[in-house]
Amino acid sequence: MDGGFKPKWDELIQPGRVHGSLYYDQGIFKEEVEKIWFRTWVYIGHESEVPQKNDFVTKSIGPMPVLMVRDMKGEIQLLLNRCPHRGNAVCVQERGNRARFTCPYHSWTFANTGELINYAFPEGYKGTDKSQLGLGKVTRIANYRGFIFGSMAPEGPTIEEHLAGAKRCIDQLCDNSPTGEIEITAGFLKHRTRANWKFILENECDGYHPAFVHSSIFSVSDSAIGDLYGDNAVAVTRDLGNGHTEVDPRPEFRRRDKPMSWFGTTPERLPDYVAQMNEAYGADRARQIMIDGTPHTMIFPNLFIAEIQIFVIEPVSASESIQHSTAIQFKGAPDINRRLRQQTMGSVGPAGFLLADDTEMYERNQRGLEIREPEYLFLKRGEHRERRDEDGYRIGHSTDDLPSRAIWEHYREVMEDK
Amino acid sequence: MSTEAAEIEGPDILKEWVGKPRVYEKAFNPELYHEVQQFIFREARLQDIHDYDAWEALWTDDALYWVPANGTDTDPERQMSLIYDNRSRIALRVRQLKTGRRHSQTPPSQLARVISNFELLKSDSEDLKVMCNSQIFETNMRGDTMWASRNEYSLRRVGGELRMAYKKVVLINNNKAIYTLSFLV
Repeated sequence: MDGGFKPKWDELIQPGRVHGSLYYDQGIFKEEVEKIWFRTWVYIGHESEVPQKNDFVTKSIGPMPVLMVRDMKGEIQLLLNRCPHRGNAVCVQERGNRARFTCPYHSWTFANTGELINYAFPEGYKGTDKSQLGLGKVTRIANYRGFIFGSMAPEGPTIEEHLAGAKRCIDQLCDNSPTGEIEITAGFLKHRTRANWKFILENECDGYHPAFVHSSIFSVSDSAIGDLYGDNAVAVTRDLGNGHTEVDPRPEFRRRDKPMSWFGTTPERLPDYVAQMNEAYGADRARQIMIDGTPHTMIFPNLFIAEIQIFVIEPVSASESIQHSTAIQFKGAPDINRRLRQQTMGSVGPAGFLLADDTEMYERNQRGLEIREPEYLFLKRGEHRERRDEDGYRIGHSTDDLPSRAIWEHYREVMEDK
Repeated sequence: MSTEAAEIEGPDILKEWVGKPRVYEKAFNPELYHEVQQFIFREARLQDIHDYDAWEALWTDDALYWVPANGTDTDPERQMSLIYDNRSRIALRVRQLKTGRRHSQTPPSQLARVISNFELLKSDSEDLKVMCNSQIFETNMRGDTMWASRNEYSLRRVGGELRMAYKKVVLINNNKAIYTLSFLV
């Protein structure tokens, strides 16, 4: 960095403890934008959000907006919404369908593949090479089972290398759809919070908090979520590599051995879906999928697959973030999709039975860090009982800080440029 | 009551935010207008002071409480809404608030709302259809927040008293990222 801003990462991030400034220091936030958001793979959106040619939707990569477009040839493009002329926005709609984007300032017009088609009064640009004046693009783009990721770095690991153990989780999710495909079609709730994005990131696989933060809703509804996160739970937390983490409740669901128990229901209540699953996978495999259910996985840095919904984390500043949440839909399975939406609407977003209170905790944490003693946060829960599963992944009890430790180890590697 | 009505339509570009055309009553019935206003003022007060039981008692058995996201006339059976509660989910919402462990309302938001611009819509049933605007000042541990909405009600006379069968709250910024909204809006 030019300004001589050189955080001592080995002092800020130590085994089982991290310094408070990592959550509030604006200089550190700027470093993260460069080293995480503008370099590593970041989740952008799902291909089902732009089903038709010329569909577009506004997404982001870190604090920067990105247009996710299905271009006139049917390819997905990630365009930067900045006119190369003077920086104006070439599109101010959140979503829509159009083959061209015209800047309102001087009428430069771009194809939805990014190329500059034309500018007004072209005589004034005699001899100019138009091909050098297209819209900026996210440098690399990858599609894993419909999930679109982007990276601003010209080189680096492939998406498969980056996803590491989290690949299994996306596969597990898609397997729960009788067509093997999920869709994101219900629009997003956008929940603003005055807290650092990493409080959200760490909370997603924190199995210690639900018994307390969500006790209000557990005590008045017949939610079975609480059982997964008790002291006697058999669910595990797992370090999937590259900062990806999960709470894996499959041991609990396999113990119950009841299809659809993961969704708090029974096969009898979803006959169409169950018939479709049996048809698609055969009865044995379908039964196993419907026992295991969908994953609870945080893909670093911004995609949280939360069983029946996804969250996308957008960092705004060191102390401001936005959570985008929506129901997952299984392509071609209307009877379960309605329930997925209804449950999601009850749980998440600014008025959700769960997320309003999680978000309250993020904000209190953030304000708490204004108090400068003790300087470090304590993340050692379950350090003594970490172990390896049969595939070699580090696992812990469902209420342990293992996910936070895994996130911070990866974070430190990325920030140290290793 | 006169059935004379006026068609009011906004320009197309605004439709997403203004909503579908609605037919407003042109006739003015001062007694009815007063009764409707008093009912909605009372609802506002019960929300402001967190009198959850009294608020819940205002709903009919077939009630629907809807706070859409990303527009005015979205399809709540297809699109995500901030709140899309049937009667039993309204009851659940109230029960959660009453536990005292709904952390985002512990301590509760301090609230004052102003309700205005009442207009009656033409109704094709016994229910009274009411439009009004609401502006809410909220202060809590995070800070001060202003909320503004267009509200639409269906009110029904049950045993001589007005009840809410339907309440739709269209936050003016419902397409933006908004802070936690865990008080009764």
